[in-house]
Amino acid sequence: MTTIAIGAAAPSFDLPATDGSRHALGGDGESPAPATAVVFTCNHCPYALAWHDRLLAVARDYADRDVRVLFINSNDAERYPRDSYEAMQQRVAADGGWPVPYLRDEDQSVARAYGALTTPDVFVVAADGAVAYRGAPDADHGDPDQDAAWLREALDDVLEGRPAQRAETKPVGCSIKWKQ
Amino acid sequence: MTPPRVELLFWDGCPSHPQALADLRAAMGELGLDPAAIEVREVDTDQRAGNARFVGSPTIRIDGEDVDPPPDGEPFGLTCRVYRLRDGRYSPVPDPAVLREALENAMTRSTT
Repeated sequence: MTTIAIGAAAPSFDLPATDGSRHALGGDGESPAPATAVVFTCNHCPYALAWHDRLLAVARDYADRDVRVLFINSNDAERYPRDSYEAMQQRVAADGGWPVPYLRDEDQSVARAYGALTTPDVFVVAADGAVAYRGAPDADHGDPDQDAAWLREALDDVLEGRPAQRAETKPVGCSIKWKQ
Repeated sequence: MTPPRVELLFWDGCPSHPQALADLRAAMGELGLDPAAIEVREVDTDQRAGNARFVGSPTIRIDGEDVDPPPDGEPFGLTCRVYRLRDGRYSPVPDPAVLREALENAMTRSTT
């Protein structure tokens, strides 16, 4: 599987969230956000859990600049029931809600289109629809002080209208659980 | 003292086992145990996961006991295991302090 290249057009999608609403990227007539962070994540991976609060903090901190953050769970729920749509709903409800939509990619087509490999795997999409960053949120899942610095740097670059200076890093986490 | 039997079971789909092995070797070295004695075993199918009672990668057992026992009913399978460090953070590997304590307990048992 090939990961979408930096500068290439981000694949469009339209997915359901845990609250039943739908969220699209790249749809016809859509007014694009100045930057969108597409985060492939899941319920059961320790790396995704370790980075989770940092990623939610990014969503909160950049909301006033109209940055969209979308969490997508693409894992095979048949073999990994903790990643089922129902389990996603329960997790968000148990937390009292999240500042980001948690989207279900049931047929895994979005993860395949992006070439996502791990949870988490982060893509930043600029207003023109091009992928500006791909990789990990920051350098160390075990250090909360890293504060998703790589993702924040990429968002800052995109919001300033320039290419991300650190456009690619190695994604670190659990492999996406593909259907067999 | 009979040295404890130390096993590290891992699944290659999870990237955490090198760190777990390094932490385990360090803990054994600190306690005067031979890190080369660690039995490292790969679990690569659901069937083998069931046979080994493998709830995720990495799993570390000392004298057959999990160093950080999973909850009852935890399903067996090929997945990354979620640990909690003593400060509450999520982690893909056990807390190094937990490893040391488990080794110390096993060493104490073998001398009494």
